[in-house]
Amino acid sequence: MRFQDKTTTIEAAIAEIPNGASVMLGGFGVPGTPFCLIDELVWQGQTGLTIIKNDANETGMGVDHLLKNGQVARLITTHIGLNARAIEMMNAGDLKVEFCAQGILAERIRTAGAGLHGFLTDIAIDTELAEGKHRVELDGRISMVETALKADFALLHAEGADPFGNLVYAATARNFNPLMAMAATQVIAETETLLPIGAIDPNHVHTPGPFVDKVVTLNELTKEYAVVQR
Amino acid sequence: MSNAKIRMIRRAAREIEPGMVVNLGIGLPTQVIDQLPPDMPVCLHSENGISGIGPTQPYDKADRNLIDAGGAYVSPLPGSAYFDSATSFALVRGGRLDLTMLGAFEVSMTGDLANWKIPGLFTPGAGGGIELAQKARKVVILTTHQDRKGRSKIVRQCSLPLTAKACVDRVFTDMAVIDISPEGPVLREVREGLSVEDVVAATDAPLIVPKGEIPRF
Repeated sequence: MRFQDKTTTIEAAIAEIPNGASVMLGGFGVPGTPFCLIDELVWQGQTGLTIIKNDANETGMGVDHLLKNGQVARLITTHIGLNARAIEMMNAGDLKVEFCAQGILAERIRTAGAGLHGFLTDIAIDTELAEGKHRVELDGRISMVETALKADFALLHAEGADPFGNLVYAATARNFNPLMAMAATQVIAETETLLPIGAIDPNHVHTPGPFVDKVVTLNELTKEYAVVQR
Repeated sequence: MSNAKIRMIRRAAREIEPGMVVNLGIGLPTQVIDQLPPDMPVCLHSENGISGIGPTQPYDKADRNLIDAGGAYVSPLPGSAYFDSATSFALVRGGRLDLTMLGAFEVSMTGDLANWKIPGLFTPGAGGGIELAQKARKVVILTTHQDRKGRSKIVRQCSLPLTAKACVDRVFTDMAVIDISPEGPVLREVREGLSVEDVVAATDAPLIVPKGEIPRF
């Protein structure tokens, strides 16, 4: 028995994304953000995108290139405090921003990935984030319904991958990547290192290959992956 | 940093007990780490997916893949663990986080917290703050007593959008230590060099002042 080889070029992988697609992006700040896949998306120029990412990176990095290029119609996120452009575009009405509590964003993604429709929670129940959410009483407690969050595409960053798409993440670069890996129709992972099949100990796989559709090997890392000296 | 702020941070550090799992918010709370005895058994959590945060690293020694939720380059310790964001918040919501220290724009006399949005001026989003405020077993606030315009941050009622309702247990400021009790805010300690009257005058919410000597910090 052999495993399918899912390696492809960055151009071919990103060319699958049509205008108007919903796209999840891994990463929390710099670690785990697929900067090269994002750069290719900027280069190809698909528009009207719904971007789902924990944060909007910083000005001049990652998601910011998509915003600057006018490719994003809607951003589902938890925090955009380090990107002045995102805040400006939101205030000017040029970008629709939907804020989620961070763990609720993670759980909505995980829930979709697990093939479920939603879950009940009291997180943010006394805040403006609760507006318009359906309330349910269960076991004497009032909860809100949080819906599962799926996307057409997930773009991930892995430290290591094999051709079948078994993925390993480094340190805090894991964050949303393994959750998004489960929650999109097409899952594209960029990897710093392509390892031969069998090189990753099955005990150490973070995202199992069956979740991943395409593997793109990075020849070199751009400067955006480096330590940010603020 | 002013002497008053250093005193506040030192006092807040004494709130951390051996064996606790603790999340320190961005800003003033992060600085509490430096005040902890090095041999103290405590596990620091950050919502981006690490338990057991070690010392902050200079840029030339930093691991580009290892930050805390505030973006500071940190290091692992023997015994640290990395995990995804769903696991990270399972730890918070599931009751495994003993203590969180957060910043504030406003704290109300009933323990409501506003720290994520100033409409029209500043809308960064709440990040993980809502879950930390709502689900940590103990929520303490570190903040200057007044804002830059001299207005009290401990108010009768929050005017800003809430992070969570009735979530705050204790407030450390550069002037006082205040507990949020069912009866209202109780003045527990006053900073060295200030009188009880100074603190009461600087506070919008009506403070309950217990009889007897109020300890200094």
